[in-house]
Amino acid sequence: MEVQQAHPMPGAFGEYGGQYVPETVMAALAALEDAYWQCRADEAFQAEMDDLRKHFVGRPTPLFLARSMSADLGCRVYLKREDLCHTGSHKLNNALGQVLLAKRMGKTRIIAETGAGQHGVATATACALLDLPCEVYMGAEDVRRQALNVYRMELLGSRVIPVESGSRTLKDAINEAFRDWVTNVDTTHYVIGSVVGPHPYPTLVRDLQSVVGKETLAQCLEAEGRLPDAVVACVGGGSNAMGIFHAFVEHTGTRLYGVEAGGRGIETMAHAASISAGEPGVLHGARSYVMQDEHGQIMETHSVSAGLDYPGVGPEHAWLHDSQRATYAPVDDAEALEAFGYLSRMEGIIPALESAHAIAYARKLCPGLDPGSVVVINLSGRGDKDVVEVARLSGRDLILQGGV
Amino acid sequence: MSTRIADRFAKLRQAGEGGLITYIAAGDPSPDATVDIVLALEDAGVDFVELGMPFSDPVADGPTIQAACQRAIAAGATPTSVLGAVERIRARSELPIVIMAYANLVHRMGYERFARAATQAGVDGVIITDLPLEAAGTWIDACASEALATIFLAAPTSREETLRRVGASTTGFVYCVSRAGTTGARASIPEDLPEFLARVRAHTDRPVCVGFGISTPEQVAEVCRVADGAIIGSALIDRMAEAGPAGAARAAAEFCRALKAGAQGDA
Repeated sequence: MEVQQAHPMPGAFGEYGGQYVPETVMAALAALEDAYWQCRADEAFQAEMDDLRKHFVGRPTPLFLARSMSADLGCRVYLKREDLCHTGSHKLNNALGQVLLAKRMGKTRIIAETGAGQHGVATATACALLDLPCEVYMGAEDVRRQALNVYRMELLGSRVIPVESGSRTLKDAINEAFRDWVTNVDTTHYVIGSVVGPHPYPTLVRDLQSVVGKETLAQCLEAEGRLPDAVVACVGGGSNAMGIFHAFVEHTGTRLYGVEAGGRGIETMAHAASISAGEPGVLHGARSYVMQDEHGQIMETHSVSAGLDYPGVGPEHAWLHDSQRATYAPVDDAEALEAFGYLSRMEGIIPALESAHAIAYARKLCPGLDPGSVVVINLSGRGDKDVVEVARLSGRDLILQGGV
Repeated sequence: MSTRIADRFAKLRQAGEGGLITYIAAGDPSPDATVDIVLALEDAGVDFVELGMPFSDPVADGPTIQAACQRAIAAGATPTSVLGAVERIRARSELPIVIMAYANLVHRMGYERFARAATQAGVDGVIITDLPLEAAGTWIDACASEALATIFLAAPTSREETLRRVGASTTGFVYCVSRAGTTGARASIPEDLPEFLARVRAHTDRPVCVGFGISTPEQVAEVCRVADGAIIGSALIDRMAEAGPAGAARAAAEFCRALKAGAQGDA
């Protein structure tokens, strides 16, 4: 493959990012970018965000010293408790900000995509709060697997639209949401759920999630009197990781670890480790690492965690990887499942399967660090949504007749 | 540079006709069928053929073209097999052929290599649907050194600066997207089309063609009164899908004869 030139594109992270979209979308992206810069500088908007973060989302979330894990691993292990956010994950940080932004832009309709349903539920929640109609695209295969979250979105007043095209999973839901947006761009804002997509989305979503890292930095200084030695977060599209990484990027004494979904192992094709095993390409409007075949067709991915089951990754992660500011590594399904049980027993916290990837990686990382090193793990979501699936994988069927 | 595109537009202008440009997804339902269908389209009076290079995630396309691309990929279509089909068409025809691709397929092969392979196969021009001008420097250079025509998209929402750059960078024809949305048949042509085309023409002397949402001979006639050509995709693919593999080429030819009459002003 030929080496591509770095292009001076808007929203570029090194040679990643950009706006690889049909010309029909360009004006909408420019309008979104303008509105976003205005809101960033608007004190009234920021005050409203702060108020909602505090009273609706439940921020700041605690930075919790995990005593049993610390004793077990020989480091001072902290968990950033994003699982305690309203709706059960960091996703609401972004959804709420974007829906508020859309309202400022005068949009009268919200659309979103969702894989496992966490971002869909967060967007549906923000739309219920701020009184905007919401439609959520979800792969037909995911609608079947995540019936509980589908019902939650419906309870919140949103409509879930099953996507039957392509592989009928998250990437196809994003495609379909884009098509809707291109068609209805005058009235509609598309709330993308991660640090992916064309500029300005990766920057917009990162900024809305960066509250996680800002809080962590201040809380760690207060608890330890210094910055952490390492920050660990799982990476699918990568929004919780960018959220916690961003405040630390300039503090090079803190090492950053992004944990990808190794699925059944990256030597098999059944995984979603775009940086560890993919190659640069163009997907969903940005240049980044992409899981693709020799011809450039996007591949179907696998992870036990639906939230990491995505063939691309945010362009800023691609840049952090190439510049060696952050380290990316895969954790496989079995390791994540083991960590799911481990954290539940050790700390009394059932993690989301996504976050369990970060826990699993920390268990491998800590023994190699200096004793007493301070390690922060972003516990991006809680695991209630995964209990039925984990039980099924361990041979117990919790789905009773007529139940979930 | 191959002069097939420019020559055909010159001929059309002389005859006072609009150009009929038809899109099909290459490799749907098979590579051999693509060769037969293109030759049938030429017989039916089509002026340019646009071959869609099937991509797994065609975000600019509506349901008809998505399904066609999926069928083609399932039947084994790859960028290389599509160029192979062009080569076989080129052995038997001088019809101008344009490839419509998504950026990742070209990026994967490498811009220079793609441009070279396309030229060698006999392709006259390439549209990369989701390649913005800001990122097109390498691609434009590659096309220039291979004498391959570049075709960029313009939209009614495009800013003047974009239209200026589209005009300056396009060596084939400007592909004007008639309205917001994806490809696929619509009931009517937007009323403000003449104003949009006038804005585009202010920045280029190249031919200006209109696509997205055109499906009938009457609409082709309407478009060709103000544009140099009309581009038809989904409506044609629907006809071929209805006819089934055995009747696809004949159904396509029949439909295109009616469309061409529209382009000649006889609809």
